[in-house]
Amino acid sequence: MAETKTGTIIKVAGPVVSAEGMLGSRMYDVVRVGEQNLIGEIVELKGDTANIQVYEDTTSIGPGEPVVDSEAPLSVELGPGLITSIYDGIQRPLDELYKAQGNHILRGSQLPGLNREKKWHFKPVIENGTEVADGDIIGEVQETSILLHKIMIPPGIRGKIEGLKEGDFTVEQQIATVKTKDGQSHEIKMMQKWPVRTGRLVKQRLAPDKVLLTGQRVIDTFFPIAKGGTACVPGPFGTGKTVVQHQLAKWVDADVVVYVGCGERGNEMTDVLTEFPELKDPRSGEPLMKRSVLIANTSDMPVAAREASVYTGITIAEYFRDMGYTVALMADSTSRWAEAMREISTRLEEMPAEEGYPAYLAARIASFYERAGSIECLGKPERQAALSIIGAVSPPGGDLSDSVVQATLHVVKVFWSLMGKLAYQRHFPAIDWLTSYSFYKQYLPACFDDKEKGDQMSGLAQQAMGLLEQESGLAEIVRLVGSEAISPADRMVLQTAKSIREDYLHQNAFHDIDTYTSIDKQFEMLKTILHFHTKGLEAIESGAETEDIFKLDAWEDISRSSFVPEEQMEQIAKIRDKIDEQVKALQR
Amino acid sequence: MFTEYKTVQSISGPLLLVESVQNARYGEIVEIEIGDGSIRHGQILQVDRDKALVQVFEGTEGIDISRATVRLIGKPQQLAVSMDILGRVFNGTGEPKDGGAEIIAEKRLNINGNPINPYSRDYPNEFIQTGISTIDGLNPIVRGQKLPIFSGSGLPHDEITAQVARQATVLGKDEQFAVVFAAMGITFEAAQFFINDLQSTGAIERAVMFINLANDPAIERIATPRVALTAAEYLAFDKDMHVLVILNDMTNYCEALRQISAARKEVPGRRGYPGYLYTDLATIYERAGRIKNKKGSITMMPVLTMPEDDKTHPVPDLTGYITEGQIILSRSLHRKAVAPPVDVLPSLSRLKDKGIGEGKTRQDHADLYNQLYSAYARGKECQELATILGEAALSDEDKKYMTYANEFEKRYISQGYSANRTVEQTLDLGWELLSMFEDTELKRIRVEFLKKYMPKFRK
Repeated sequence: MAETKTGTIIKVAGPVVSAEGMLGSRMYDVVRVGEQNLIGEIVELKGDTANIQVYEDTTSIGPGEPVVDSEAPLSVELGPGLITSIYDGIQRPLDELYKAQGNHILRGSQLPGLNREKKWHFKPVIENGTEVADGDIIGEVQETSILLHKIMIPPGIRGKIEGLKEGDFTVEQQIATVKTKDGQSHEIKMMQKWPVRTGRLVKQRLAPDKVLLTGQRVIDTFFPIAKGGTACVPGPFGTGKTVVQHQLAKWVDADVVVYVGCGERGNEMTDVLTEFPELKDPRSGEPLMKRSVLIANTSDMPVAAREASVYTGITIAEYFRDMGYTVALMADSTSRWAEAMREISTRLEEMPAEEGYPAYLAARIASFYERAGSIECLGKPERQAALSIIGAVSPPGGDLSDSVVQATLHVVKVFWSLMGKLAYQRHFPAIDWLTSYSFYKQYLPACFDDKEKGDQMSGLAQQAMGLLEQESGLAEIVRLVGSEAISPADRMVLQTAKSIREDYLHQNAFHDIDTYTSIDKQFEMLKTILHFHTKGLEAIESGAETEDIFKLDAWEDISRSSFVPEEQMEQIAKIRDKIDEQVKALQR
Repeated sequence: MFTEYKTVQSISGPLLLVESVQNARYGEIVEIEIGDGSIRHGQILQVDRDKALVQVFEGTEGIDISRATVRLIGKPQQLAVSMDILGRVFNGTGEPKDGGAEIIAEKRLNINGNPINPYSRDYPNEFIQTGISTIDGLNPIVRGQKLPIFSGSGLPHDEITAQVARQATVLGKDEQFAVVFAAMGITFEAAQFFINDLQSTGAIERAVMFINLANDPAIERIATPRVALTAAEYLAFDKDMHVLVILNDMTNYCEALRQISAARKEVPGRRGYPGYLYTDLATIYERAGRIKNKKGSITMMPVLTMPEDDKTHPVPDLTGYITEGQIILSRSLHRKAVAPPVDVLPSLSRLKDKGIGEGKTRQDHADLYNQLYSAYARGKECQELATILGEAALSDEDKKYMTYANEFEKRYISQGYSANRTVEQTLDLGWELLSMFEDTELKRIRVEFLKKYMPKFRK
């Protein structure tokens, strides 16, 4: 056994510490800094001097104290026990820390990411004697009532499996042995480790072609995200980025959700923590917490751990993806992550690029989003899976020319632009329909069992968007010359567009029913609004007064259609009959 | 004994470079005996082998390289606390300023605190009645929230904070707030206004003041909010009190931070502010909150003046990203003599939904403020349109919305600095204003609430 490498601190400047006598250490090795055993990571090597970013507050650390190299990169522990956990940026369980240390996070604590004592019931799914290779599923653990945790062969191991048996094991106990061809044997445990800065391996990457439904009307209908796709939500403060992220975490059609609260408010994480165990997933009826992993590195927690938090999150997400699941990762907010990079970079005295951000900012952002994707998993049995990333960006002053926004827009395929103006009108989600975009629109029809209905939906969405565009042009004219000056047909366009905005795009996240709308209900709602439009135009054609059409009380029904429960969806279809009747009455 | 060094090598701005020191530790406090025998304090910003970079709180004026002696205390900056701090006035680093005795410490606390474990936070959900309609009705604030006031030079933020400090209570409970007031670089007049206001109501008995005036050393301001919050944490989490912390003015704090950063020749971020401004502000603002199994709470109301009323300036911008909403004051309303001139549309309380509704305020509260907001937004647009095209060009509907907006400003927003409205009064006033619209126009309100409440207000 080699002696542990130990160096000596020579300089401390905020979260960056330099140590000498570190020859032989590798980049990104994790080290223990000072007598308090703070966790850090080597980010620069110069001769025998290592620059270390420390994940904890460095107050009272000084030259002369030791630095011990763990000789391993920053890794996360993967195995049963991840789901329902809440971790800090470097996978220390916050609930365990609370039990051990109380209300505040003290320094130097060392708690493992996975519970060592808890026993899980392991059930093999293959026979002893099977030839296995990395990524092969050898057994299962029912981790929560809705998540079956698949145990896979760790990377780099290949051979004949032996000693596999059903039973209760902790994550560190041996569950099988793999004998390689050259006679070596490897112990297999349920827990494996993976360095966070390296993407986990896949057999093959595929193009995303399925929509990830979210129950949010403006997103699903107009700007859908794909399973394996990437989206970015930029907006100034107060426009509801976090509410959008929370809504997606709650309602997204994924098997596992990883939520990374990166440098954001403590109370928001508390909100997630109190809400998720109570909210029920609309599909399984089980608490949402049973499919969620939370990473909380709030803004007052050390900045270096914030930098690591998105990597910790994505690695955990990739692990579940490798089991064959659809996984969604929300990162709120990637701007705070970028700022953490900037802070570390400044302390390292690197040459800055735009706005003081390091020159490698764009490359880091791109490679992070590139870890999303639709894939064919490594190992047997053959399975496909997807990992989607939804990143919030908080540009200074809401300015979209900000470096982080621009670097993100280069790589993501969906852009939900949040507008301050909409937020001030309390139009939520404040996603601007004119500037947002999605490259996955063409996959929307496939969400419906009925192909014809799917194509119809696509047409409805297109028509609605056309009306909204027309509205923005007409609104200018009305502003200048008044609404009397435009034709009755144009007035009908304005009326319908208003209905689309207020009754369809506007969605109340805090209303029990309105918070989630199934794609079928979306179809019914939009179809009804546009049906009114067609009927209205027909009536105008045959000489009806626009004012009379606008006064019909069927509009009232439309405006309340979002509050119709999913089970009573036929009520929305009935509105269309009412429209027919009322419009007909006008034409007499 | 502490080790002493006479090896100051250079002084530049607020920074002192000391050589050949041993056992210097990052973040610790030093005492500097300058030539004439007086003592100043500083904090170690960086240690590089045997060199320590020290930031001097009281400024470096009059320090002589050849005669200055630096003493390492060997601990981070601390504040002595006990219940005796109530009713006292301290300077920006926590030394008594009112001529009273030193505090006999029950304990000494590191002013930097430790981050609160998100898991141990308790979600803020107790409605605070401030008696101000624009806050209670539209942007309700809850215990443990941090809600800043974005103001500008010449706007009456002092009056509003004083009004909140005077009137804030939790519904249904008689408990009053203890007030911790941290003044950073504000004028004597502004500080005195606040102190007098607290004295006139007797609230000074449950207040602690940390005063760093405009002519006090700027660097001391870096410590002021942290010292104040340390006192607040002691009162809230050790002594079960509900504490309202007012930090006035955060812009001055950020400027002091920028001064240090410039002296250290750091790479500047936007407008010369350091790149870590967000993180630094977060370590202050995030100390507000509630903690599981603790009775007390810290509610924070920082005040900042936006240079040129620009909300995108780094200080308000980064603050808005950390705090749970913001109350924005409007110069144009102030000119119209609307008092308090709260700019309702961009103001926001993020935690409002958790503090209101049945059993807390009233069931109709959420629908009501949504409706008041959207009608006012529409009315505002009509106001603007009328100034361009003339009132005659507006449609009847637009005119109605404009009338509503005018009434709303006159009656709902403008209430003066002494009126203390109950939340019921505020809610009823909202219904009264909305009664000029037909039920069908009030789409944001559930039908059952319209049926239940509106008839009372229709004439």
